[in-house]
Amino acid sequence: MLPLGIFSLPVVQEAAEAASHAEAAGHFEPFLPGLIVLLPLLGFVVNGALALVHGRRSAEAVRAGQELDLDAGGRPATHTLPSWVGPGVLLASFILVVVNFLRMSGVELHDPMVVRYWTWLSTGAFRVEAALQLDQLSMIMMLVVTGVGFLIHVFSVGYMKDDPGYPRYFAYLNLFVFFMLVLVTGASFPVMFVGWEGVGLCSYLLIGFWFGDREKSDAGKKAFIVNRIGDFGFLVALFFLFVQFGSLDFVEVLGRAPDEMVYGGALATAVTLFLLLGAAGKSAQIPLYVWLPDAMAGPTPVSALIHAATMVTAGVYMVARSSVLFALSPVGSVTVAGIGVLTALFAATIALAQYDIKKVLAYSTVSQLGYMFLGVGVGAYAAGVFHLMTHAFFKALLFLGSGAVIHSMHHALHHTHSHEDPQDMRNMGGMRKFMPVTALTMWLATLAIAGIWPFAGFFSKDEIIWYAGAAATGPYASLYTVFWVLALAAAMLTAFYMTRMMVMTFHGSNRTGAEEAKHLHEAPLTMTVPLSILAFLSVFGGWINVPEAIRNSVLGFGGALPMSEWLHHWLEPITYSATAIREEALVAGGFLEGEHHYHGYLEHAPFGGGELAWALASTLAALAVVLIAVRVVGRWQIKTAAEAGEPQAGLKKVLYNKWYVDELYDAVIVQPVLRTSRFLWRIVDSVIIDGLVNLAGGVVKFAGFAVSLFQNGSLNTYAFILTVGVLVILWTVGF
Amino acid sequence: MLTHALVLSALLFAVGTFGFLVRRNAIIMFLCIELQLNAVNLALVVFSRVAGIDGQVFVFFVMTVAAAEAAVGLAIIISIFRHYETVNVNSFNLLKW
Repeated sequence: MLPLGIFSLPVVQEAAEAASHAEAAGHFEPFLPGLIVLLPLLGFVVNGALALVHGRRSAEAVRAGQELDLDAGGRPATHTLPSWVGPGVLLASFILVVVNFLRMSGVELHDPMVVRYWTWLSTGAFRVEAALQLDQLSMIMMLVVTGVGFLIHVFSVGYMKDDPGYPRYFAYLNLFVFFMLVLVTGASFPVMFVGWEGVGLCSYLLIGFWFGDREKSDAGKKAFIVNRIGDFGFLVALFFLFVQFGSLDFVEVLGRAPDEMVYGGALATAVTLFLLLGAAGKSAQIPLYVWLPDAMAGPTPVSALIHAATMVTAGVYMVARSSVLFALSPVGSVTVAGIGVLTALFAATIALAQYDIKKVLAYSTVSQLGYMFLGVGVGAYAAGVFHLMTHAFFKALLFLGSGAVIHSMHHALHHTHSHEDPQDMRNMGGMRKFMPVTALTMWLATLAIAGIWPFAGFFSKDEIIWYAGAAATGPYASLYTVFWVLALAAAMLTAFYMTRMMVMTFHGSNRTGAEEAKHLHEAPLTMTVPLSILAFLSVFGGWINVPEAIRNSVLGFGGALPMSEWLHHWLEPITYSATAIREEALVAGGFLEGEHHYHGYLEHAPFGGGELAWALASTLAALAVVLIAVRVVGRWQIKTAAEAGEPQAGLKKVLYNKWYVDELYDAVIVQPVLRTSRFLWRIVDSVIIDGLVNLAGGVVKFAGFAVSLFQNGSLNTYAFILTVGVLVILWTVGF
Repeated sequence: MLTHALVLSALLFAVGTFGFLVRRNAIIMFLCIELQLNAVNLALVVFSRVAGIDGQVFVFFVMTVAAAEAAVGLAIIISIFRHYETVNVNSFNLLKW
C-alpha cells in the first residue's frame, strides 16, 4: 500500500542548507512532484487491465475459431481507451513538470530540493529513502522525457492502430515512462538503480513486443543480457561508494566527495570506471553497444522513445549527475571521453553502409551518444546534457519519420502481398512525392544532426567539439587532441550518412514497384503533428544555449537572441563543484595561470582562432559534406534489395557486416561460454554428477532386490528363519 | 522338582516349535503355537515358586490373550478355508516380492 503522503504534501520537504543562502530570492515550492511520477504508473495499471481483458477476449475468439476483427462493428473499448489514457497521463505529467519548471526558474535554487516520502530500506547502517530530487538537471530530464514522450505516445496512436497488442503496447510504454521518471528524479543511487533496471525491463518487453517472431524476441534478450554486464559495473561502483560514505544519497555522496576522496586516487578511479561500465551498457557505448542496433526489432515509436530520446541517454545523465566523482578522477574522465569519441567514429563508419533505414538511425544514435560521452568526459557537463536534449528532439523526429515511411511502405507492400523488406532503403526512393510533410520534417532533423547552422544540433555538437579541444590544455593533452580530431571526423561522417539516408529514401525515382507505389500515402495527422512539433524543436531548440561569443556575431543573429548560454547557467548549481575541482587541479598542475573564474579554463581557444571562426568552419564543412553527399548519392544507380543482394567485397562488405563485431563477440565470448556450458552439462552434470546420484540409487535398488528375495510368501520359510534367528540371538546374547 | 518341571516345559516348547516348523496344516500349526505358549506358562508357574507370585499373575494374562488370539486366529483360518477350500499353508503364497 502506498502512503497517502504522495497525494498530499510530502512528509518532509527540505532544501539542504537552504537557510545559508539568505540572498536566495524566494523559495522553491514543488507542485505535486509525486504525481508526475505516479501518473504514468496509473496509465500502466489502466492499460494493463485493458490488455488483460483484451487478451482473454482474443483467446476466446481463437478458441471459438474466429478472428478478432478490430474494424467490425466499431473498435472495442480495449482499443479506444488506451488512445486517451496513454498519451493523456503523459500530457498531465508534462503539464505538472512545466509548472514545477516555471516555479523553479522563478527562484534561485542552489541546492537540490529533496522530497522524502518514506524509508524504503533500513538495514544496519544502510538506509535508503524513497525520495525524489528536484533540481535543475532532473528538471531538464523530466521535460525531455514527458515532453518528447507525449509526442511519441500521440504518434503511436496512429502507428500502432491496427496492432492486436494495442493496449499491451501502451501499458508497456506508460510503465517505461514511469521508470524513466524514477531514474531521473531518484534522490539516491539505489532509487536511480530501480528506475535503471525498470527501463531495462521495459526496453526488453518492447523490443520483443512482437514475440511471435523468434528474431525479435532474441533481440530483446540480447538487450537485456548485455545490459546486465553494465548493471554489474554500476552495482560494484555503488558498493565502493557505500563503503566510503556510508550512504548513497546524492546530496550526501556528491557533497562530501570533494573533501573525502583523494583527487586522482584509486577509489575515485575505480568508482568512475565501474560507473562508466554501467553507463556504457545503458547508453550503448563500446564495448557494449551491440544491443542497440538489434533493438530496432521493436515497434518504431519504441525505438524513438527508448532507444533514441530517453533511456539510452540514462548513462549520460548518470555521468552528469555524478560529475563530481568523474572530476575527481582524470583517468575516469579521459576514459569516458575516449570511449565516447571512439564510439562516435566507429558507429558512424558502420552507418555509412547500412541499407535498413532504422539500422542507419540506430548506429547514428550510438554515434551521437558517443558525442554526449565525449562532452561529459571532457568536463563540459552542460554541453553533454545540451546535446542529449537536442538529440532527443531530432533523433525522435528521425525515428518517427522513418516510422511513418515504414508504415506507408508496409501498407503498400501489404496491398500487393509483396514480401519485400519495407525497411530497406533500396526499395524506397522518391518518397518525398508521396509523403511531403515527413520528407520536409526529416530533412530539418537531418540538417540538425549534421551540425548545420542554425539548427539545434549545430550548437550542441559544436560546443562539445570545442570543449574537447579546450580540454587539450590539461592532463592527457595529447589524447584530448586526438579525441578532438576524431570527433571532427565523425561529424563529417554523420553529415554524409544522414544525407545518404535521406537521398536514398526520399529522392530519385521510386523503386517500390509500379503497383505498390499507388498505395504509398502520407501518414495520418496523429503522426504528422508530432513530427511537425519535433521539427520545430529541432530547428529552434539549440538557441537556448548559444555561446556568448557567438550570440553577438552573425551566427547569433547579431545579438537578436534573447539569451545566451541559458542551459549552461541553468545547470551551474549541478556542475559547479565538478568544474571547480577540475579548475583547481589544472592550477595545481601548472596548466592554468593567473586570474580565472568558474569554468573559465574551458573558454580558451583550443588551437588558435576564436569560437566564431571554428563554428563557421565546422558548419561550412558540414554543409559541404551534405552537398557532396547529395550529388554523389543522387548519381548512384541503386538496385532494389532483391536485385542487389548483400555487398560482396571490399570495405563496403566489412561495414555492411558492422566490422564483424557481432561475429567477434560470438567467437570470443558467446561460443566459449556455450562450449564451457555444454561441457559442464554433458560431462560434469550428465556424466559425473548424475552418475554419482544414479550410482547411489542403483546400490540401494540392488540391495532392496536382494533382500526382497526373502519374502517368498512361504509361511514355513518365515517360521524357519524366525526360529534360526531367535537361536542365533540367544546364542550370541546368552553365551 | 524344579528342574524336572523346567525340563518338561523345555520339551513341550521344543515339541511345539518342531511341530510348527514341519507341519503344513494351519490348524495343527496353530495348536503347536498354543503348545509353545503353555510351555512358557508352565515355566512361569515354576519360577513363581522361587521368585514370588508375579509369574502366576502373568500366566493369567497369557491365557487371556491366548484365548483372544485363538478366536481371531481360528476365524482367519476359517475365512481362508472358505476361500481356498484347504488349510495347507503351502497354498497361501500370494504375499511375496
